[in-house]
Amino acid sequence: MNYLWAFVVGGLICVAGQLLIDLTKLTPARILVTFVVSGVVLSAVGVWEPLVDFAGAGATVPILGFGHTLAQGVKQAVAQHGLVGVFTGGMTACAGGVSASLIFGFIASTLTKSKSQS
Amino acid sequence: MRTNRNQYDRMVRDASPPSKVVKNCIWAFFTGGTICLAGEVLTNAFVQLNYTNADAKMLTSIALVALSAVLTACGWYSRLAKRAGAGTLVPITGFANAVVSPAIEFKAEGYITGVAAKMFIIAGPVIVYGILASVVYGAVLYVKGRFGI
Repeated sequence: MNYLWAFVVGGLICVAGQLLIDLTKLTPARILVTFVVSGVVLSAVGVWEPLVDFAGAGATVPILGFGHTLAQGVKQAVAQHGLVGVFTGGMTACAGGVSASLIFGFIASTLTKSKSQS
Repeated sequence: MRTNRNQYDRMVRDASPPSKVVKNCIWAFFTGGTICLAGEVLTNAFVQLNYTNADAKMLTSIALVALSAVLTACGWYSRLAKRAGAGTLVPITGFANAVVSPAIEFKAEGYITGVAAKMFIIAGPVIVYGILASVVYGAVLYVKGRFGI
């Protein structure tokens, strides 16, 4: 059942992104930025956590979930470290995904020929 | 046949194929859903291996990023993205693709100003505004906790 909801919720979030692309002509970069910031806001107002409990990866894998990770990270860090946590929380929480992207991006570039990706 | 403007508009509408938006949304739904389903499978697999829930989620992100890097390097991700649109953009794999694909594309410009700099074309703004939002949220929480507002 969890698998079904992960599929459906994740799919619907992507449909929301597709509607933004088709109806508003936002560029992919703007959509990613919009979704990350929205994820932080949705998590801050307490909407996202229940959705994560309900849909699991359906709510965490979309880039909105990345925003949720940032918000959760800063919340924990502020609780533990106070003012320092305000600055360290977000970066620490997203470090895994960002580092992985940079490392694998670098490795991929060393193993492939320079070519147009479009 | 003589037609006025309204009739002609109607003829164009009848002759053109059904809205691309619907087709795009169906593609986005199934592709994005499948990627999230893969994420759920991976998360459960990591939990089975005795990782905590938080660590399993982090490992899932890293695994999906690695998968996306491989597919991007093979040129398959962009081929899928042409049809799937937001289905491949919105999941974390889309963020990874936005890092990996310029890294490959701009290799010819060298490892410093090519690969390393261009990785951040899209990832940079995402990180900047994501962190900005998190710091604002953190500051609000801090002030609330400190002064009990």
